[in-house]
This record gives sequence, C-alpha cells and structure tokens, in this order.
Amino acid sequence: MSTDNIVLRVESLVVETVDKSPKPILKGVSFEIQAGETLCLVGESGSGKSVSSLTTVGLLPSGSLRAVSGRVELDGENLLQATPKRLNELRGSRMAMIFQEPMTALNPVLSVGKQLDEVLACHTKTSTAQRRTQVLDALEQVHLPDIQRMYSSFPHQLSGGQRQRIMIAMALLLKPRLLIADEPTTALDVTTQHQILKLIRELQQKHGTAVLFITHDMGVVVDIADRVCVMKTGKIVEQGPVRQVLSTPKEAYTQCLLTAVPSLTPRPPRPARGPRQVLDVTGLEKEFVPSQGLLSWFRRAQAGTKAVNSVSFQLQEGRTLGIVGESGSGKSTLARCVMRLISPTGGIVRINGQDISVLNSRSLKPHRGCIQMVFQDPYRSLNPRLTIGQSLIEGPMNYGKPRNTAMLKAKELLELVGLPPDAIDRFPHQFSGGQRQRIAIARALAMEPDVIVADEAVSALDVSVQAQVLALFDDIQQRFGVAVLFITHDLRVAAQICDDVLVMQRGQVVEYGPAQQVLGNPQAAYTRQLIDVAPGRSWDFAAFAPAS
Amino acid sequence: MHTHSQMHGLPARYSIHGWTTKLLRLRPRTTTIIATTTLAAIVLMAIFAPLIATHDPTELSPASRLQAMSAEHWLGTDAYGRDLFSRVVYGARISLTVGLGVAFLTLLIGLPLGLIAGYFRAIDAVLMRFMDGLMAIPGILAAIAIVSLTSANLWMLMIAITVPEIPQIVRLVRSQVLATREEAFVEAAVLMSTPTRTILWRHLMPNTFAPLIVQCTYVCAAAILTEATLSFLGVGLSSEIPTWGNIMSDGRIYFQLKPSLIFWAGVLLSLCILSINLLGDAARDALDPIMKRKEG
Repeated sequence: MSTDNIVLRVESLVVETVDKSPKPILKGVSFEIQAGETLCLVGESGSGKSVSSLTTVGLLPSGSLRAVSGRVELDGENLLQATPKRLNELRGSRMAMIFQEPMTALNPVLSVGKQLDEVLACHTKTSTAQRRTQVLDALEQVHLPDIQRMYSSFPHQLSGGQRQRIMIAMALLLKPRLLIADEPTTALDVTTQHQILKLIRELQQKHGTAVLFITHDMGVVVDIADRVCVMKTGKIVEQGPVRQVLSTPKEAYTQCLLTAVPSLTPRPPRPARGPRQVLDVTGLEKEFVPSQGLLSWFRRAQAGTKAVNSVSFQLQEGRTLGIVGESGSGKSTLARCVMRLISPTGGIVRINGQDISVLNSRSLKPHRGCIQMVFQDPYRSLNPRLTIGQSLIEGPMNYGKPRNTAMLKAKELLELVGLPPDAIDRFPHQFSGGQRQRIAIARALAMEPDVIVADEAVSALDVSVQAQVLALFDDIQQRFGVAVLFITHDLRVAAQICDDVLVMQRGQVVEYGPAQQVLGNPQAAYTRQLIDVAPGRSWDFAAFAPAS
Repeated sequence: MHTHSQMHGLPARYSIHGWTTKLLRLRPRTTTIIATTTLAAIVLMAIFAPLIATHDPTELSPASRLQAMSAEHWLGTDAYGRDLFSRVVYGARISLTVGLGVAFLTLLIGLPLGLIAGYFRAIDAVLMRFMDGLMAIPGILAAIAIVSLTSANLWMLMIAITVPEIPQIVRLVRSQVLATREEAFVEAAVLMSTPTRTILWRHLMPNTFAPLIVQCTYVCAAAILTEATLSFLGVGLSSEIPTWGNIMSDGRIYFQLKPSLIFWAGVLLSLCILSINLLGDAARDALDPIMKRKEG
C-alpha cells in the first residue's frame, strides 16, 4: 500500500466525555483512507462510529465530548490542533459531510440554488454567473431532473431522495478530498437508497474522493465498501477488505453481526396451526379528503387521496402475514384502520367474525382486547412516568381484572419476554430500546389477543437485537397461537418471519400470497424491483459467501 | 448512544409525578440561591407579621403624621400617622396571598379546560375562540371592570386577576396535550380501552407539568403586580387595608416631601417579583434538559 495517497489517517484517537469522571467514548481508534477508496465504519448504536466522524470534521459537541489524545490527519495536517478558523476553511473545501436526515441539514427558508451558491461564495472568488453555472453543473451531476426548476425550489418541495442528492451536490461542489457520509440512506426507501449508493460510487470514481461511510446496515456495506472497520463500544474490533471481513470474519462479534442479518431467502413454510380465521379484511378503503371549510358550498368537492384502496386479506390463528411496502404505500394507514385508531371509509374488518369497521367506541370495547399493537418507536410507546408494572396491568384492569391477579400475570409475562422480574417496578428510561420493545410485546400479550399488529416493530433496533425480538415473536406465536400482522419495509425481516406476504404500492395490493412464492418467485414487476434493490443482495450473510 | 446512558444513576422508585425529585436534584446557581433566600424572607415576614410589626398597621394617630425614621417608628409614619414599617410588613400578606391564590386558581380552571380543549377536537373549536376573545381584552382593564362591578374584597380581587390569566394556561396545556396525544403510548392506551378520563389523568396531564410549573411562577408574579397596580389606581382593596399598592397610592401625594413613603413598599414589591421570576427561570432550566434526557 503506498502511503503518499492517504487522505485521512486517524491514529489511536481517544475521545472522552467532559465530566468530573470522564467516560471514554472512543478508546484508541485507528484507521486510514486512501484517495478513491470507501471505508465503512459499521457498528451498532453506541459503538462510537458517529463520534469518530464528528471528531474528524471538528464538530464534537464542545460541552460534552472532547478528543483527549491521538491524531487525525487530513493530507498530513493534524486536525485536532487546527484552529476553528482553519477547520472552517477545510470543511467544505477539503472535506465535506452528508447527514442522515437531509431535511434538517438544509435551510427551509432558502432556495436550494441559493444554498449551493453560498458554499461557493464563501470558499471561492468566482463571479455570480460562473457560480450559477457551477451549481447547475453540480445538480446535473447528481442526476436531478429539470435542474433549472430545482435551482429555485425550496427543500420542502423535494422528496427525501432528491434532498439527499442536493446534499451530495453541495458536499462535492468544491471537489473535496474526503467525503464523510453519516448514515446517509437510513431515512430513505430501499429504491432511493439503492440510487443514492450508486450515485456516491459513481461520483467517487469520477473525482477520486476518499469516502468515510458510516452505517449500521451490513447490506449497505456489501454494496458500497472497499474496506470495512467493525466498531464495538469505542474500539475497532476488526478491519480489512470487505470481501475478507465478510467471508472470513476473525472476531466473534463480527460473526455475530453477520449471522444476525436476516436472509432474503424465505424460510421454509410452516404447517397451518388451525382453521380459525381471526382477521378478515375485505375491500378496505381509506380516503383522506381535504377539508373544504366554508367554501364547500360553492366549490366542487376536491378529490381525496386514497391511502388504502380496496385491500383484502385473511389471517388464520398462529400465522404471520407480512405487509411490505415503501413509505407512503399506505401500510401504516392500513394498520391503523384495522386497529380502528382511525375509521376506514369503506370495506369490512372482521375480527373473529365480528365486523368492527363501523362500531362506535363503546361497542368496540369488547373487541379491542382481541387485537393489540406493537409500535415502531420503543422510546415513545411506553409512558415515561409509569412503572413497567403500571403499564402492563392497565389493559387487564380496564377489563375488570383485579389488581393483584393482573400484577402476577404481568410478572409472568415479563419473564416470558426475557426480562428480570424486578423490571416491574422500574421506569421505561432504565431500559434499552430492545428491552422496551419486549415490554411493549408483553403489554400486548397481557390483553390475551388473537391478533398482534406489529407496525415496523423491529425497524428502530440494531440487527442483533432485531434478531432476538424476531425470535421472541416466533416463540410467543408457538406458545399462544396468536396471529401476527407484521408491517415492515424490510424484505429481509419479512422473509424470515412471514408465512404470507402482501406487497403494497400507493395504497393498492400489488402481490399477495405465500412468502415462498411472493419473495422466491415474484410475479409483479414492483415486487421484483424491491427485491433487486434490497441492500447486500449479492451476499449470503449466513453462509459467509456470495449469494448464488 | 442511549443504550449506555440509561441503566445507571437513578433509583428504581421515585414519585410518579416526579417533578419534586427533579427540583431537589437541581444544582442551584448563585442567583437562584439569592432569589430563594429573598423570597423565603418575604414569606416568613408575611407569616410572622404580628410578631414583627411594631404597631397595629391600621391604627390612626393624627398627632404623629409624616414622622421621619425613629426608634419608635422605624420607617416613620404616613399621612394618617400609621406606622409605615408595620404596614409594609403586613402588606406582604396580601401580596403573597393574591400571588399564590391567583396561581392556584388559574391552574385549577386552566388545567382541566386545557386538557379538554386538547383532547376533544369539537369542544376545542368553541372553547379556544372564547379564550381568544378573553385574550383580546387587556388584563388590567378586565380586572378593573370585574372589581368595579362587584365589591372589592380579597376573593373578588383574586378572581378578577385570575380571569385574564386563564387563556395562556389553557393554551399552554392544550399545546402540550396536542403533542402528547400523538405519542404511541397514548394510542396503546386507547387500544386497551382505557377510559378517556384515565387517559387524560394518567397519560396526558403529567406530561404538561414541567412547562406548567414555570408558567405558574410567572402568573404568580404578574398577579402580585396587578394587585399592586389595582390598589395604586384605587380600585383594589379598601385603602385602610395595608397592601403595597395602597401604601404607594397613599404616599404618592407626599412623594416629593417624603420619598420613603413609597420607596420601601416599592423595593419589596420589586424584590418579590424579581425573586419569583428568577425561580421560574431556574425551574425552566432545570426541567427542560431532564425532560429531554428522559425521552431520548
């Protein structure tokens, strides 16, 4: 390896919290990136991957974290000793950063063109006309359509993918030597993610930029990395060329991470548990009509948006139906209609044969217990001011169970979902995300439901935790024969947990059938496309080898 | 990052509506300590007024009008020969009663209205238009109108000051409820058929407390000031009752002759309000980051 081409060299970097008793966040991290190379920092939340990148650009939150020792060299210049002014010059011109959430990284009150122009105006001394050509050229390079219109549009007028393209255009305007991308595709749909990854690769090859790419997703690593550093609790446990790390991982932790990635190949079909149909949805529709106000008497009614358009499916006891789709496909609206958190505008929802789609809240009560929900964000699904016990017994007590019986049941359930019995007196903030999701599952089970609706229930979790929670779902299904309606955007998760899969696009059902058939031999073009763009499709993680 | 910072530091049990513990855990700054001490002194002065005062604050003594400071009358006497020191000490009683009373009354009325407005969308439309109307009337004018139409006793005075303060509490509570009701744990409660009153009481109300405490301190300070203003304008409590506003109102005519007639009441009024506002700021600083840490 030649040394003259190294763009970024980080040497035994130690970062601590600013505190009376400082806690180490990075414990001696070393890596280097050559020009034209992509290095992936991969790890679970709390591993210190974002702190590494923030230290590099000198954006550590000054009140809470500081670099104690080590070196960060950009083209031989130690950044830890650079003045704030020098760092400011370097950011933008020599190194640039793109973030996870493109909406918050762009200024909502300035047009996109203005913001790009500002970067040039700050760092170069070119004329206005020249700058405009440069900006338009940059927009062209990130393959945005209709660049003249893009130039004058505002961030809210663009889609998530377009905004991320703008961010990339902005980052690459001054042809930096180093591009730092911190989870740039995590907030995007798979299709958009695929395009953005392709774009970063393409531009990198064109300009010879070094890329430091931070991600938690092993699939993304396969698609973009040349070399990979696996991080765990502030240390790099393993690094090497991507093929080598993926095929012959030396560390147990790396193996763990790789085997936890769910396979895209659907699991073998399970025998049906029983004939009882617990959930039957026929022709479900939900139309959002814009409110007309007082003018409704004069104006012709505007057409509403059909978020869910004649969706039908059936769910038997003990089975799992996956609803798969990208954001905006209407899968969450569908779940909320089935739960009757909102009222559908058409169609029938039968739970154990009883139509609940038109019941009012009072007559709904006897049926509420039969269908329960597990939410996406474990940090918001438990009341922070109630103990776990209080949260768990709330439902059963609403249905007239005495407090003591409910409390005993709650303890049993906590044990069942793998939490210590003393958890019952603690508060949600004392648990990690995965533990909270277990509590949420226990809360759903406390109602002894026939159906559990899980709305992106594992999306916010790290892969290893995700695997455990999926195993828990499997376990409770075996035990109680509860049916699960599993809503997810992640085909890998769907392949591992579902018996049947329903693919949605723009509120409509694209494909519906057994998981083996839908994911193994997709008929609809959209399903095929979704499978094609799934990150890391070329690699079989369980076998440590390229996918056949 | 959160997984690591969560498991340590906090005892397993603390009160459910746990802001008291939070207040105790706050590391006070110097200004906060000074403000607390000042306020505590004023409160003690009000409670032990009969012991501290050297004279009956309403006792007229025409022979000794407008006397200067002396061993007999520490701050001198006013135009009717009443002992100024005793009047100022007793004045703290009215001011603090009005301040705390109004804060409590606004909370008592504003909190339930805010909860209802935030949760029931149909009632919200009507209720908030009514609140908008109330907000459009300047507070002091509304108070003057209410006091003039009724008798000027302490209760009426507190109610008169409370009414214009209610809309801002209602707005605050409503905005908190609107934000919290979208949280997944509230939806989970709905799905478990939790009765609406329980949802309001257990899940929504406690989440409004942090900003509410802060707002209440400001209401308290504003009420003390409004009471003084009303007394000063002569529409407050009858002028023989010693309140800081009345003392200043009485002293106004002789101000150039004897500035101390309004000076001491004014100083105490300013100190009192300044301390309460500083405590409110301290409470806001203390509650905000903790709320964020808990949620994240």
